[in-house]
Amino acid sequence: MTSVLEAQALGRKYGKRWALRECTIDIPAGHVVGLVGPNGAGKTTLLKLACGQLEPSAGGVTVLGGRPAGTPAQLARVGFVAQDTPVYAGLTVADHLRLGARLNPRWDEAMARERIAQLGLAPAQRAGKLSGGQRAQLALTLGLAKRPELLILDEPVASLDPLARREFMQHLMEATVEHQFSVVLSSHLVSDLERVCDFLIVLVDSRVQVAGEVDRLLATHHRLTGPRRDPDRLPADQHVISASHTDRQSTYVVRTDTPIHDPAWTVTQLSLEDLVLAYMDKRTADNRRAALEVQR
Amino acid sequence: MIWLTWRQLRGSAAMMAAVLVILAVALALTGPDLASDYTAGIAACAQDDTCGRFYDRFFGAYDLPFMAVSLVVLLLPALVGLFWGAPLITRELEAGTHLLVWNQSITRGRWLAIKLGLTGLVAMAAAGVCGLAVTWWSDPLDKSAPAGLALMSPLVFSARGIAPMGYAAFAFVLGVTVGMLVRRTLPAMALTLAVFVAIQLAMPLLVRPHLMPPVTSTFELSAVNVDGFGINRDRGGYVEVRLSDAVPGHGGAWVLSSKLVDSSGRPATSPEPGVGIVQVSTTSGPCSPAGQQGMSACPTEVNRLGYRQQATYQPLERFWPFQWIETGIYALLTLGLTWLSFWWIRRRLS
Repeated sequence: MTSVLEAQALGRKYGKRWALRECTIDIPAGHVVGLVGPNGAGKTTLLKLACGQLEPSAGGVTVLGGRPAGTPAQLARVGFVAQDTPVYAGLTVADHLRLGARLNPRWDEAMARERIAQLGLAPAQRAGKLSGGQRAQLALTLGLAKRPELLILDEPVASLDPLARREFMQHLMEATVEHQFSVVLSSHLVSDLERVCDFLIVLVDSRVQVAGEVDRLLATHHRLTGPRRDPDRLPADQHVISASHTDRQSTYVVRTDTPIHDPAWTVTQLSLEDLVLAYMDKRTADNRRAALEVQR
Repeated sequence: MIWLTWRQLRGSAAMMAAVLVILAVALALTGPDLASDYTAGIAACAQDDTCGRFYDRFFGAYDLPFMAVSLVVLLLPALVGLFWGAPLITRELEAGTHLLVWNQSITRGRWLAIKLGLTGLVAMAAAGVCGLAVTWWSDPLDKSAPAGLALMSPLVFSARGIAPMGYAAFAFVLGVTVGMLVRRTLPAMALTLAVFVAIQLAMPLLVRPHLMPPVTSTFELSAVNVDGFGINRDRGGYVEVRLSDAVPGHGGAWVLSSKLVDSSGRPATSPEPGVGIVQVSTTSGPCSPAGQQGMSACPTEVNRLGYRQQATYQPLERFWPFQWIETGIYALLTLGLTWLSFWWIRRRLS
């Protein structure tokens, strides 16, 4: 199967600041991809590059084998739900469906109507009067009824309350099961993605830290706890992601493809959240070290 | 896409249509009466040669509506630029809805083309209807207007004919382009207004006088081109001639400059603008107040001495050529800005 998103040394800068740099990833089709990272890490930039909203400053990106937003046909294959799920405040719910029907060749009218009915939205209601959750659902409906091969969602649930979050995610998952399309969605909270994603990209400080299938990531990352030991004395195939030490004890999060047999270590399984936090922590630790070196 | 553009425009388009209908009805109801009053008045005054007085009286009776409708035509393009042009893109950028619509199966170039095309055409149609209706209605008043409000004079020219259509198209695209560059509605509106007003001032001051080479000619002094004669007692006394911005035989002309020249063609002007100096005795002869007929023979004497008005002007016959040329200039400016806006939305805007 082809890749849904392939980036080669992709970079984008605003003025002199790089919002995203040296991003090389290859996402195979058929996944629900979670893009996590702290605020300002470059998640929105990466997603906007993928949907053709932004032009790259460096490198290149292909989505479903084509240039993002290059042609109407390419636009028809990719759906995008932007951050804060914007809708036209002055237009009614029915107007939005009509907009979708007029602007998309593969529009699924029956699905759109069914979803709106299911959500209990009144077609005559102005979108400006909808609650945050309802607005997000309307934007999702537009994205889904377009029948894309890839749906990109940028922090779709960030401004929603927990109940609306769960409902939104549930609807999204039902649709992916029913219509078989790939999804890329971003969040700064792992808990939003944990239950739905089978592929994860961790983006910190405008760089991709790690990307891969969730099962594989969990299988290759371990937390080691044992007597204090310097990182230099770990086997060469164990990449340290994060480390913390007390006087007598060391705790490492490492990535390795081989099983760990050293009896000195207590090996524990990581949760997805621990894994992401380890990468965020690593980045900040690196920065701290760099800053200290500069000061010296 | 046409549907969406119309859906977003229809509220303000309906308001514009309502205003235009009210204006059109008012003009249609009063226009025929105005025209018949004028025809009757001209027929009456032609018999006893008092048409000058009739013009003043007729225009004086309607000067307020004349000003009002001219102002409407002058303001309409600016309002279109401000309220249709500037927010066209900024409203989407501010609400984030550009992200929604640019991710439907339509390229942003096409999106802009339809938004610009449809809204621009509606704006042009509104300005065109308004301009031509006012031109029709005010025809009798334009014929009897004083020199300063003649058909070719800067303000009235801009409020007649087809030029308002060009202004509206330009103001609209200017608003859109400024909006794209500034990205905020209020600053974009302010900047659009400032730029549009500057261009509307620069046009009659700097460009329009040279659209065709102006005519320079000399005229005998008469009641048409002289506001008054007076005696200045300084330096032994001389006669002052105050010229008006009109030329005999060319009613409705736009007088660019007017000065008094003597019999050998040298300027005879005083430092005060629009005033000429005639070297003639003010103590005896026809130009002395003590003479038998007072000052009444003085104009004849000044003419006999060879003093003339030398005027540079654009005659009324050039009204329509000028309208076409000026509309063409604004059309070119509009096309230039349209090109810029397409370039910007493809390359820079995100």
